[in-house]
Amino acid sequence: MKKNNKFIVTLFSIFLGLVVGAIILFISGYNPIEAYQVMFMGIFGSPKYISYTIVRSTPIIITGISVAFAFKTGLFNIGAEGQFIIGSIFAMIAGYLFKLPPVIHGLVAILVGALAAGIWAGIVGVLKSKFGINEVISSIMLNWIALYMNNYFLTFPLLRRPNSDASFKVLDTAKINFLGQWKVSEAGKAFLKDNKFLRELLNPPVNYGFLIAILLAILVWYILKHTTLGYQLKAVGYNKDAAEYGGINIKKNIVVSMMIAGAISGIAGATQVLGVEHQIGILAASQGYGFNGMAVSLIAGNNPLATIPAGLLFGGLTYGGGKLNSLIGAPSEVINIAIGSIVFFVAMPKLFEMFGKIFTRRKRGENLD
Amino acid sequence: MTTEKMDIKAIEMKNITKKFGDFTANDNIDLTVHKGEIHALLGENGAGKSTLMNVLYGLYTPTSGDIYINSKKVNITNPNIAIKNGIGMVHQHFMLVDTFTVVENIILGMETTNGAVLNIKEATKRVEEISKKYGLLVDCHAKIQDISVGMQQRVEILKALYRGADILILDEPTAVLTPQEIDELINIIHSLADQGKTIIIITHKLKEIKAVADYCTIIRRGKKIDTVKVEDVNEENLAEMMVGREVSFVTDKKPINRGKKILNINNVLIKDNRKLNAVNGLSLELHSGEILGIAGVDGNGQSELIEGITGLRHIESGNVILDGKDITNKTPFEIINSGLSNIPEDRQKRGLVLDFTIAENMILENYHKEPFSKKGRLNHKSIEDFSKKLIEKFDVRPNNPSQKVGALSGGNQQKVIIAREVTNNPEVLIAAQPTRGLDVGAIEYVHRYLIEQRDNGKAVLLISFELDEVINLSDRIAVIYEGQIVDIIDAKDADERKLGLLMAGGGVNNEKK
Repeated sequence: MKKNNKFIVTLFSIFLGLVVGAIILFISGYNPIEAYQVMFMGIFGSPKYISYTIVRSTPIIITGISVAFAFKTGLFNIGAEGQFIIGSIFAMIAGYLFKLPPVIHGLVAILVGALAAGIWAGIVGVLKSKFGINEVISSIMLNWIALYMNNYFLTFPLLRRPNSDASFKVLDTAKINFLGQWKVSEAGKAFLKDNKFLRELLNPPVNYGFLIAILLAILVWYILKHTTLGYQLKAVGYNKDAAEYGGINIKKNIVVSMMIAGAISGIAGATQVLGVEHQIGILAASQGYGFNGMAVSLIAGNNPLATIPAGLLFGGLTYGGGKLNSLIGAPSEVINIAIGSIVFFVAMPKLFEMFGKIFTRRKRGENLD
Repeated sequence: MTTEKMDIKAIEMKNITKKFGDFTANDNIDLTVHKGEIHALLGENGAGKSTLMNVLYGLYTPTSGDIYINSKKVNITNPNIAIKNGIGMVHQHFMLVDTFTVVENIILGMETTNGAVLNIKEATKRVEEISKKYGLLVDCHAKIQDISVGMQQRVEILKALYRGADILILDEPTAVLTPQEIDELINIIHSLADQGKTIIIITHKLKEIKAVADYCTIIRRGKKIDTVKVEDVNEENLAEMMVGREVSFVTDKKPINRGKKILNINNVLIKDNRKLNAVNGLSLELHSGEILGIAGVDGNGQSELIEGITGLRHIESGNVILDGKDITNKTPFEIINSGLSNIPEDRQKRGLVLDFTIAENMILENYHKEPFSKKGRLNHKSIEDFSKKLIEKFDVRPNNPSQKVGALSGGNQQKVIIAREVTNNPEVLIAAQPTRGLDVGAIEYVHRYLIEQRDNGKAVLLISFELDEVINLSDRIAVIYEGQIVDIIDAKDADERKLGLLMAGGGVNNEKK
């Protein structure tokens, strides 16, 4: 399929997904137009909402990049969820225990999170290349191990804040919030008091994570397109028999690819801790950052650059859709149905080909039996 | 064949056009086949002959045009309708259940039953009747996995006849057979036709057309060129009509200038995927400046041998010495860099990354070397320039380096591989089935490059199931049987009969039959 076509199919899928959402809303007795208006205003109605949309989108863009990267190299990274958790645990530890100057502390904490998650995902790669264990199975198991590891770490008095279900907060030096210190200083407060737009925009935990996401998307695109590493990884991904024949070490490349994908998901967890939560909490269940990343990657057609708009769309829909319940009483789950339908439509371009065929045949007046 | 039979038009395809998007695979083709006739469809790869037959068998719906069976207009929209109209098709790749017996395979989908119980006895009786009638010898109760390829093909033909086929389409039926099996098949086809069956054979082998067909329709680039009576033409005429230019059948090569021993294979033992000894203590010597052909029936260890030499499969014992250097069980990377290149047997599985462009495939083994990359960064400009040069030199079509290789025809895919491997200028080139599935035009071309390699003082190890090819190209021919070389003969002394017997495991002097 041509690039252009793909883009149109994606846009059309988004439209169809929203139509499905509208139908469900209509059946449940709500006015879909009103509901989508509420959602739209919930995303663009105020600078604050826009900030929130970006903040919400950041982690799933990054996990989306991780999934897209793995996919291009022939691996299905269903383990982004666990890698995210490992990234957040170790970023928290580094952010709380290390003593470093601002900026550097944040960067170091992100790198620690990335490294830990990279090694974590490397286990999956080694299991696959050494013993042929399918990465999907080992990743799902590791997702649960990561979840309980998170809770286990929170049993250490060194990390757990007394009388709470969460860890200590990371040090201010490790935070990666945009103008975070200035915002709460006297001068900052005074300035923002008179500047409504900026006050609103900076009210949410705006952070550098989004910038990191953009840089990562470009970096991954560059690696895949312009480096010998990317060439090898793609060759292994598209046809490992031919890659092997061409002298490429496929076992090594599988491990490398999993480690890079893991490190990227780890960065997602790290930016979430350092930029939004500032702590990690006891987890009862998966938070879904990794799984939503898979949906983002699918909508983006596994193109790392396209994960940015896809992630923003996903984040916007869930954030704006969250307001349906409070404002007009419609169930916010409708949005999950709409997103699910979008993924469904994007994943089956054949459907559009069929539509196209029927349409052209009708035009020619042939019978369809 | 009686004239009375000839009067009934079993098949008439009129003005068949089939388009895939902008591409016209069949352009206004007419085809008439009379009852009891053996009709060959001849054309290059991608000429549209398979498309035409898939239209007849209901796998494709034509964009326009009509089909008449026994002068009655029919609308064949799926294979079930084709079968009801008495059309049967034997595909190039057999569609059999390996673990089922012959009879079970034949009756699959239309089992004879007593209530809910399978009546194998009754079915076997019917199969045996048909089998006897047409001389299609099969062992009814043997499992498919235990019988020869030739017999598997007879099972496929029986399957079609069991379903009441009067018209049989055979897609490249001889591609997988030994010379003896081909002779048997030709007898079967004649016997089927004599008893009133109508046969269409899709092929690009001219010799077989001469041996079996009554009429031949030639298709070139989606258009029908002509339908000719086979006895009125010779192979050269047919080739010319198929390719659209004169084709040379004789391969010119300089007298041999045999150089030093370059590749030594000593007593190697290699296991197949089932852990059985596929290559069983095989030894072979290859000299610079010669083409050594390996003849053998598929499955006698050829694939494992190549994979062993090229580092893709573990060598259990023995060794392989390339120009004095031990390359036994080295990685493919090291072996390639020691001066050994390989045109792989399965071009789509091993030879190409189909989702890569032509340019990306051209550097598969050299992407890490300058000028294609420097310090881990690809140089797209030099990769493209290099590919353009190769595309032009090797006449790859379309000539666009950023075309995905998966979209090329088989012949052009093979050209990409050959361009890449020959340009490596290896001391030893292993060419495995280098012309499999290619048409005469492309074959001529591949042969020219293999001989050029030899004439330049390099060594070529040629593994092929095409005996003509082995005999024409090689200087010496080694026959492989059950993982061992049973004999090495000078190509000048070789003929198909002699080789065929050796390939079947019988020594020339103690013929078994």
